[in-house]
Amino acid sequence: MTTLTRGPEARPLPAPAARARVRRRRSVTIALFVLPALVLFLLLVVAPILIAMYSSVFRWNGFGGLPANFIGLDNFTRLFGTEVFRDDLWHLVVLIAFSVCVQLPFSLGIAMLLHQRIRGRALYRLVFFAPYVLSEVITGVLFSLILSPESGMANQLLRAVGLESQWLSDPGSVMYSLFLVMTWKYFGFHMMIYLAGRQNIPEELIEAAKIDGAGPWKVFRHVTLPLLGPTVRISVFLSVIYTIQLFDLVWILTQGGPSHSSETMAVTMMEWGFKRSQVGYASAVSVVMFALSLVFALVYQRLVMRRDLEGATTSIGGRR
Amino acid sequence: MRHAKNAVRRNTLPLHAVAWIVGAFILVPIVYAVLGGFKHNNQLSSNPFGLPDPWVAGNYTAVLASGSFWRQLWNSTFIAVASTALVVALSALAAFVFARFAFRGRELLFTLFTAGLMFPFAVAILPIFVLLRTFGLLDNPLGVILTQAAFGLPLTIIILRQFFRGIPGEVEEAATLDGCSTFGFFWRILLPMARPALATVSVLALVGSWNNFMLPLVVFSDESAWTLPLGVQQFQGQYASDTARILAYLVLAMVPALGFYAIAERHLVGGLTAGATKG
Repeated sequence: MTTLTRGPEARPLPAPAARARVRRRRSVTIALFVLPALVLFLLLVVAPILIAMYSSVFRWNGFGGLPANFIGLDNFTRLFGTEVFRDDLWHLVVLIAFSVCVQLPFSLGIAMLLHQRIRGRALYRLVFFAPYVLSEVITGVLFSLILSPESGMANQLLRAVGLESQWLSDPGSVMYSLFLVMTWKYFGFHMMIYLAGRQNIPEELIEAAKIDGAGPWKVFRHVTLPLLGPTVRISVFLSVIYTIQLFDLVWILTQGGPSHSSETMAVTMMEWGFKRSQVGYASAVSVVMFALSLVFALVYQRLVMRRDLEGATTSIGGRR
Repeated sequence: MRHAKNAVRRNTLPLHAVAWIVGAFILVPIVYAVLGGFKHNNQLSSNPFGLPDPWVAGNYTAVLASGSFWRQLWNSTFIAVASTALVVALSALAAFVFARFAFRGRELLFTLFTAGLMFPFAVAILPIFVLLRTFGLLDNPLGVILTQAAFGLPLTIIILRQFFRGIPGEVEEAATLDGCSTFGFFWRILLPMARPALATVSVLALVGSWNNFMLPLVVFSDESAWTLPLGVQQFQGQYASDTARILAYLVLAMVPALGFYAIAERHLVGGLTAGATKG
């Protein structure tokens, strides 16, 4: 602790009075430096989360100061009783399964490919990551045009080989289409994480395995992949946390439709909170989102990432 | 040596094939949008994949001539720059104290900030709306700026604190002996030294703000305050049947983000991946 103490107070001081003055000045400095951030944080991050939890046990339209009509857990029982919300949870499971089983292995494969010394790989990397920089709204509007059943480019392409799809307009295909767009936008991000992870693996280890006679697949399966473990675990973690609060893309592409078949928790929350002014009920949705993120984060970090953390408090990525 | 080289060359053809297919998957939608913006709507349906014939500049010039596009561009820029400046300034001050002062409750306070990473933004949006309405900050850029800065604090503080900790104590001792005050050291010595870390966190904040949709969506109902994402969404609704015009709007809205990406690629990729994995 004392090693962190620097500045004039680290030097021996003549009198207790002077020392007290210096200490007071130091406290003032600390307060002045931390308080602005702390106030903003408490006001616009901590307080809203607490208010969300508090208002989830009230019937409240969002007006007239704090909510007063206490109804216990009624919002939650009502919520879990609706098919729409149970479907939200199911969609979450589906999207996480798709992401972990398809999108991430795909990203990993491409990352391994671009780690090879092939000509133009810097350009490939630049292009593959580009969609991540575009906003969800631009991506969503672009794909809602491309995937439009009548005039969209995708169907014009498919008709050339005698196929057609309803894409986002049919409950049966909407989740696949949504996942396709998510992959277009996000695989480059996971690819970059894997590339960074791969670069941290010493080439000697790979070389040694090759010299021992391991083929490319064996090298990947028994050397590269295990060494990439921490990176893979983080990318799974980010993918799940992101999917729990998925909103922008769905809102633009389908508004949760057709007939709620692609709705997510965040969409349900926005529908009830802003379109129907049932803020208490909508808060119950957000509390479930919060609880899922928190429980997942804690359990995952305890059980899966424990070995990787080594003292870090948390590793959740930036907000979307 | 030559043998190894040949082996490498022989192997790369299938790799290139895969990379080309993935590249096409990424680029076709974007190229379709760029070219589509130069077509008439009937060209879009009769000739979706070829080059425009004739080239129609009208879609693009109509967007560029409209005041709303430029206003949204300005709003997005202003909000992004202001949010970034605010979050980086506040975080730098706090991170400085967290990195270089010992005081009671420091770890507790720091943990409070890091726990902020656990709070999904969507969870807070309803109360934030109510709070901003109470403060009279709806339809006010400040409402978005303050909120974005607040949610950016955890990650920014974590990254900056880590960097500040790496600056040797001797630097500070020397500065103090030369008569530098605490703030003078922070302002004139620490911040200039921390330029790479400041660039990283600034890029993260800029991109986050630029692409943010949910918050402006609930805060801004007045069209004059809209940012680009809101404008793009609204434009699609307004010109639903005029696909070519929407494509032109989309492409022009992409240009700033892709341009920024082209210029600051290294910082952007480094920042986004580090921001996700560090902390």
